[in-house]
This record gives sequence, structure tokens and C-alpha cells, in this order.
Amino acid sequence: MERRAFLNFGGLALGGLLLPPFGRAIAAEELLKPADVRFKKMLADTAMGAATQAGASYCDVRIGRYLNQFITTRDLNVENVTNTESAGVGVRVIANGAYGFAATNDMSPDGVAGAARQAVAIAKANAKLQSETVQLAPTPGVGEVSWNTPYTKDWRTVPIKEKAEMLIAGNKAGMEGGASFMQSLLFQVNQQKYFASTDGSYIDQDLHRLWMPFVATAVDKASGKFRSRNGLSTPVGMGYEYLDGRKEDKLKAAGGVTTLYRKSYDLIEDARAAGKQAKAKLTAKSVEPGKYDLVLSPEHMWLTIHESVGHPTELDRVLGYEANYAGTSFVTLDKWQSKKFKYGSDLVNIVADKTEPGSLGAVGYDDEGVKCKRWDIIKDGVLVNYQATRDQAHIIGEKESHGCSYADSWSSVQFQRMPNVSLKPGAKKLTPDEMIKDVKKGIYIVGDGSFSIDQQRYNFQFGGQLFYEIKDGKITRQLEDVAYQANTQEFWNACSAMCDERDWRMGGSFFDGKGQPSQVSVVSHGSSTTRFNGINVINTARKIG
Amino acid sequence: MKILNQDETRRISDKVLSLCKADECVVTINGARTGNVRYARNAVSTAGLVEDTQLSVSVAFGKKQGTASINEFDDKSLEKVVRRAEDLARLAPENPEFMPTPDKQAFRASSTFSEKTAAIDPEYRAQVAAYSIEQSRKNKLVAAGFFTDRTSFETVANSRGVFGYQQQTGVDFTCTVRTEDGRGSGWVRRDANDVARFDPRAASDIAIEKALRSVDAKALEPGRYTVILEPAASSDLMAYMFFDFDARSADEGRSFLSKKGGKNRLGDKLFDEQVNIWADPWDKDVPVLPWDSQNLLARERMDLIKDGKVANMNYSQYWAKKQGKRAVGQPGNIIMAGGSKSTEELIAGTKKGILVTRTWYIRMVDPQSVLLTGLTRDGTFYIENGKIKHPIKNFRFNESPVTMLNNIDELGRPEVLSGDESPFQMLIPSIRVRDFNFTSLSDAV
Repeated sequence: MERRAFLNFGGLALGGLLLPPFGRAIAAEELLKPADVRFKKMLADTAMGAATQAGASYCDVRIGRYLNQFITTRDLNVENVTNTESAGVGVRVIANGAYGFAATNDMSPDGVAGAARQAVAIAKANAKLQSETVQLAPTPGVGEVSWNTPYTKDWRTVPIKEKAEMLIAGNKAGMEGGASFMQSLLFQVNQQKYFASTDGSYIDQDLHRLWMPFVATAVDKASGKFRSRNGLSTPVGMGYEYLDGRKEDKLKAAGGVTTLYRKSYDLIEDARAAGKQAKAKLTAKSVEPGKYDLVLSPEHMWLTIHESVGHPTELDRVLGYEANYAGTSFVTLDKWQSKKFKYGSDLVNIVADKTEPGSLGAVGYDDEGVKCKRWDIIKDGVLVNYQATRDQAHIIGEKESHGCSYADSWSSVQFQRMPNVSLKPGAKKLTPDEMIKDVKKGIYIVGDGSFSIDQQRYNFQFGGQLFYEIKDGKITRQLEDVAYQANTQEFWNACSAMCDERDWRMGGSFFDGKGQPSQVSVVSHGSSTTRFNGINVINTARKIG
Repeated sequence: MKILNQDETRRISDKVLSLCKADECVVTINGARTGNVRYARNAVSTAGLVEDTQLSVSVAFGKKQGTASINEFDDKSLEKVVRRAEDLARLAPENPEFMPTPDKQAFRASSTFSEKTAAIDPEYRAQVAAYSIEQSRKNKLVAAGFFTDRTSFETVANSRGVFGYQQQTGVDFTCTVRTEDGRGSGWVRRDANDVARFDPRAASDIAIEKALRSVDAKALEPGRYTVILEPAASSDLMAYMFFDFDARSADEGRSFLSKKGGKNRLGDKLFDEQVNIWADPWDKDVPVLPWDSQNLLARERMDLIKDGKVANMNYSQYWAKKQGKRAVGQPGNIIMAGGSKSTEELIAGTKKGILVTRTWYIRMVDPQSVLLTGLTRDGTFYIENGKIKHPIKNFRFNESPVTMLNNIDELGRPEVLSGDESPFQMLIPSIRVRDFNFTSLSDAV
């Protein structure tokens, strides 16, 4: 996963993430004018006609207009405000049994027809090297339909001044709380995506997402020590209302150690807590390495699920298409065929879902025109399915695609990307505080930290934001220098308890990278607070020079 | 759009500057033609050519900035993009740390362009893939790889007379070859500015040989070992460290280069004295643009680590002014002095050790010590008495490049490469390092 762009972007400790391909910038008043759907249909029909005439047996057309705004702040200063736009058309075809793809920002009938003909020529050239022909799972045309992210407050209508003031107020609160430095950002995305295919679909979608991360850093100049705590917001598939910080969406972490957030987020409250907690890290006890029962909050769990379940169950990785970059997978087809591969303990039920409201991955239809749905990946601990696109469904004996196709731009070819992959809540009533009562020697981890996993997704290591020692059923004090290492299958089989649906909430990634040339995708992962027994914890403190 | 020449970009930038009513204006024009071929499972999966040209305009009214860009170049579009940037600048809050765009300066050209690379065609790309695939098939192996070539140009200009134009080319190749049963995997990376210096057959053969040799890996206990890190294995670790060579972070106390009491570690000996690392835009092996595109300042040859001492840090214009320093363009390349030995010769001189082809999924664990974690991948071998004895299972490491560069046994011959996750062109030697810290085993092949 690439991270260079993000690292260059203010040095925030949010690795594994990549800035989206922000395109040409536009003036604020132009943001609210969507392209005419009749114009898009005409362009799509033109492209499909040209492709068919050139010899394509199938054609899909994606007309995209991607609008973004991002605001960056440092301490009490706004560093940058940028509005961007990228618009164009991507045409994918099948000719002689092979794929071809071409894209253009020339949104004239001649321009898209030319791209369509070029895609067919590429497909014909690729067909000569093809070892097996493309087989698409049937996807009935849905006619002219539309879908949009449900939202109540459009980020495009909120004045820049108001947004900047909110970020600066957050930074101020963090510094009042104890942080020496604050950096915060607001990413806002609107994707206007039109899809048409020779199957008879014309799908117009309007997608909205946003994310407000920050980093609070505390410095003790006398000792030369510094520590940071990242914000506990999550990137969401909803409107600006996420930043309302409603009382009913707040909940207390186990032991009341901090405030956590469900469907809306209070920046000021979290930033103030972050400043205080970053400062407390400077004097927190360094962890004793050893085996611990880990109690993991959903703000942390999302990333563990993402890396150790989400990626290994991508069928393209299983088959070897990512062997040169993101890697393959230990979840080989024989494990799925056996119908008894014990991925996790009986408590573990993991679903893929592209319909969850508020999630990053929620869309009405994927980038192959497949209506989105929910399905099981792990049931009662046993691996039961993968994530597949139209051209993969037949490999796992399915009659229809899972709807997992996505492209990060009109100019990128769509391919298999992760849906929201989530751990279902526990069936028995259980709160995080009740869960901790059963733990003799454990650590409660809140928030995501550093993360790394091998190319087949066996061995991983995760850090976090906040670590609390659990002794004889009680949270005793804040810890530091904590990371845990495990093998994926052993880890999930050590899952011993999970809280119920009252505690279930989502985290997610705004910039999940995969593919060559690399593309980014968005995805959410939900869970309740979950316990894993006897996990190896290492101490990460080191001294240099 | 075609690759624009210097006269064409000067005409566009002059027009933009003449349209601008703001106090300051910076123009950047970038264009690239990028070809690629991707293959997996011994067949080509995608191949393509992307052409794009962008014009970016940054303006400032006092301390209020706005940026807009566009990929159309008719007069109406040029006017539009300038007005958009001006509109955004008027809407933006004032930035107290705003720094004016630099005065006119000279940029000494670097040799970033190769005619041969610019002439790469689809047939050449197909041949690169075909060789890996055919040789892999012959050896009952499965190849996956990616080859990409790029021809580009950049123009920078501003309202104070700065103007620079230069063309660049480059090729990048990675290939992973696996045994059909998945028990062995080998990998290679090659990067070059001039395709004449890239041999796809030799490169693929390395991945093939490593795949064949890596079958039936044995497990070694995690612990501290002498390791030979091939350039691709150490480059990303070092790149992480150089992200933190920012003077402001160090002065503010939030970098491994901060010192107790609020100072930075400039001049301190933090590394083995064999360590000499510098940046040089005119280096013949890894030439980069002679300016920093972010701030239009000229790059200079700059020591970063000299005889193990921290020799320089990066100053933004704002921080340089505040600290009474001179800001220069930030480095685009990292060059590390090495020896004359090949990796094979380093192996021959190793009594007991581990050869690491590649490191993977590197992430910062503790910025205070630059502690990084990650794994070995696609070719990890045990060395005994100067020979590779057998393949070993992959390890997870938790190690700091600062510690690593203090434990150097011997340096090999530097090689050119681009990092997977870093923005730098690099010239890095194979390094034999003592006490490299492997903390657990991975079952991944």
C-alpha cells in the first residue's frame, strides 16, 4: 500500500493511506451543478454503439465527475484549502473473449466513441495473450435508476470559514488539553458516477463521504520524549451531519477512560481528550511483554478485521492476480472447498455488506452495475465465501456477482475491491465493562495505530492509540509501547467474547491501496468490543544514539 | 496531449502570469505519457497508455492563497483557471506562515531524459512480459509482474521571473515468480532513467532463480542475526528515516533528530562513520529535477549524513526564515556511498548470516526511535561459510534504520532503485548489518 503522498501531506501518522487522485480544481459555486443525466445517457449510448460496431460482445461505460475539497490546519493556522474536480469517461469492453479499457476526458460524442474503439482494439490485442476467456456472471439490466448516499447536510453548502473555524477550534481544544502541537484535516468527497452497460443498465449515483482526522502531539522538552494520539472519528459515507456531535451518539469506553462516537462525532471533545491522553502517554508505564487477553474496541478492531479477514478473502488475491504487489492469500480455494476451515472460534461471524447505512462502501450498484447486497464470509467460525466480481463468480460456483467491483477514477479500470467486511455483534448481552470483569491479565486497546501483515496474511503486528492495563477484572492504568503479534487463524480462534449490538460501530479506511497502477478504495468495518485470549504483546520502546 | 516543448510551456506560463491580478502567481505545467503492462498467472492482465497534461496556478493576495488546476489550454481555459485560483484565494483564511514565492534563480539542467526510454512502444512492453512468462512456464513457475515507462516534462514559473523546463524519462519493473505449488517465491526490482540500463531478461532470471531456490524453506528461531540487505530491502527503511529530516519537527521536539532540552541533533554522530549519504540532482545514475516543485527553490548537492554525523536537515522557507537559515530545494534523491563488492561477494565474505531480498509492509511503530516493523519476502536465505545454504521462512522485524546504520559490517556496490513507498530516486548499496532484530516467523511464501 502506498503512503508517500499522505506522508508528504503534513506528516500525519496515518500510514497505509493514500491521497485520492484529486483532479483539476474548481470554484465553489460550480460544485452543486450535476451533469445532465440525459447528456450522460447519450454519451454512454454513443460509446456502447461504437464498441459494439467495432466488435465488442460487451461494453460498459462509466462517466464520472469527482469533486473533492480538503482543508489542512496546523495548530491555529489554516495551511491550505483546495477544491478539485476530475471528470471523464472510462469504457470497458470484451472483444474476442478479452478485456480492453480506454478512458478520455474528452466528453464529446467523438471523444467517447474514439475511446470505445480504442478499448476494443486493446481487447483484441490482449486476446492473443489470453489463457482463458472472460466469463461474466449474468447481471440483468435494471433500466434507468438512481441512488444516492443518504445525507441531511451537504458538505458543499457549508461555508469554508465555518469548516476552518471548527478545525481550528479542535486544535485549540487539543492544545488546551495538553498537546504541544495539533494537526487536523477535513476531507470531503462527492462522486457523481454514471454507469451504463450493454446489459441494459443506466445507473446514476451520487455518493458523499467525509473524514476528519487529527493528530495531537505532546512533547516533554526536558526528557526529549514525544507521544501522539490520533483522533477517534471514523471516515463515513454520510453528509456533514456526522460532525454534529449529538449526545445520543456518544458512549463511554470501558472504565470511562474516554468518550467514543457512533453516528456523529464531537471534534472538540475528542481533541481535548486527545491532548490530555497524549500528555499522559509521556509518563505511562511501559508494558511488560508477554501473553495478555486483549479487549479491543471497534475503533481499533476495524483495522484488524480489514487486514486479517478483508484482504485475505479477496478472490483476486486468492487466485494470484495481486501476487506481484499486494500479495496472495492463505485462504486458498481448497480451504473453502473443505467447508470446515476453522478461520475463527464459534463466536466469529463475519459478513460482507455493501448496503450498511453510513458506511464508506455503501453504494446502490457497484462499478459493473451489480446491485449491492450482504453475504456471509465466515459463519460460526467457518470460512464460507469470498468477495467476487462478475468475472470471478463462476470460479466459486456462484450464479451472480457479489458486487465487489470498484475503480477510483473514471480513468482507472474497475477491478475487485473489498466491500464493507464486518464482525457481527455477540448474541448474548454483554457490555465492555462486563467483558473486562472476566479478564485477569489483559490490555484494553482503543484506536488504530501502526499495522503490518505479511503478503499472505498470516503474521501481523498492530499497535493502537490508547492502552490500558486490566488486572483482576479492572482497568488500572494507562500503558505505553504496546504492540501485539499473532497469526491470523490462531488469533481469530482465540476470540473468546464479544459485546452485543448496543456496542457495535464502524471504523474504516479512506485510502486503501491495491493494484498496479495502484488505485485507492474506501471501506468500513464494524464490530463490537471483542476479546482475544492469550495474545503475544511486545514492548516497542527503543533507545537510539 | 503531446509532450510540450520549452517554447510552448513558456508561452502558456507567460500568458497565465499576464492574466493574473493577484499579488503573486506560481505556474506549474506537468505532462506525462505513461505506458504499462501488467501480468499475472503467466498471462497479461492489463496493458495501457495514459497521457495527461495539467496546468496548476497558485495565487496569493497578501497571505491568502488559492490553487486551481485544469487540463485544457485554450485562452478561455487559461483565463478560467486563473480566476478560479483568485476566487479560492479570496475565500481562504489568511495563513500567518505564508511565505512569498522565490525570486528569479538559475536552474542547472540535470540529465533526466533519455531518447531511448521515450521511444518505448507497446511491443517492447509486451516483450518484457513475454520473457518473464515464457521462462517461467519453461521452469514450471508462475510469473506476475508490472513494467511501466514514463516520459514527462515539467515547467515551473512565477511572477518574480522564475522559469524552468525539463523533460524526464524512467522505467520501473517488478516481477514476482512463484512455484506452481506455492512453496517458492522470488522477486526482482529494476528502475532506470535510461532503458539502455535495463535488461529484462537478466532481471526476470533473478526472480526465477530465487523462486527455484526458495522452495522448502526451513524455520530459524527469531532473534538478532547478521543480515545482508539487498538495496531493495533497505531502501524503504531508510526512506522512512529521511522523512524525518525536517528541521522544524526536530526543533519542536517531535523527531528522532530532537535533542533533550529543545535543540536538534545537527552535527551529532548518530551513525557508523562508514555512513555517508547525500542528495545530488545532477548525479549521473539517479538524476532528478534541479528544482523543488513544491516551492520553486533550486536543489543543491547536499550532505545528509557525513561520516556518520547528521550533516543537514530540510528547512521550509518559513522555518528557515524564523531560524536564520537558508532554505533550498528539498532532495529528490538519496545517494549512499558503498564499496565495490557485489552482493555475491558480500555473501562470500559472510560466515553466518541471512540474505534478505526484499522487505514488505513497513510501518512506523515508534517515531521517537524510528522503530519500524515489516517482513522479509520473496527470497530469504541462510548463509554459512560464504555460501547460501538453504532458504528460510520469512521473518517479521522490529528494527530502527538508525540502529541498523550503526551496526554496519560492510557495504556493497550501490544500485539504482525507486522505493515502493518513497518519493526518492535512490542509489543504495547492499549492506551487511550485525544484530538485525527479527521478532517472529511468518508462514507466508
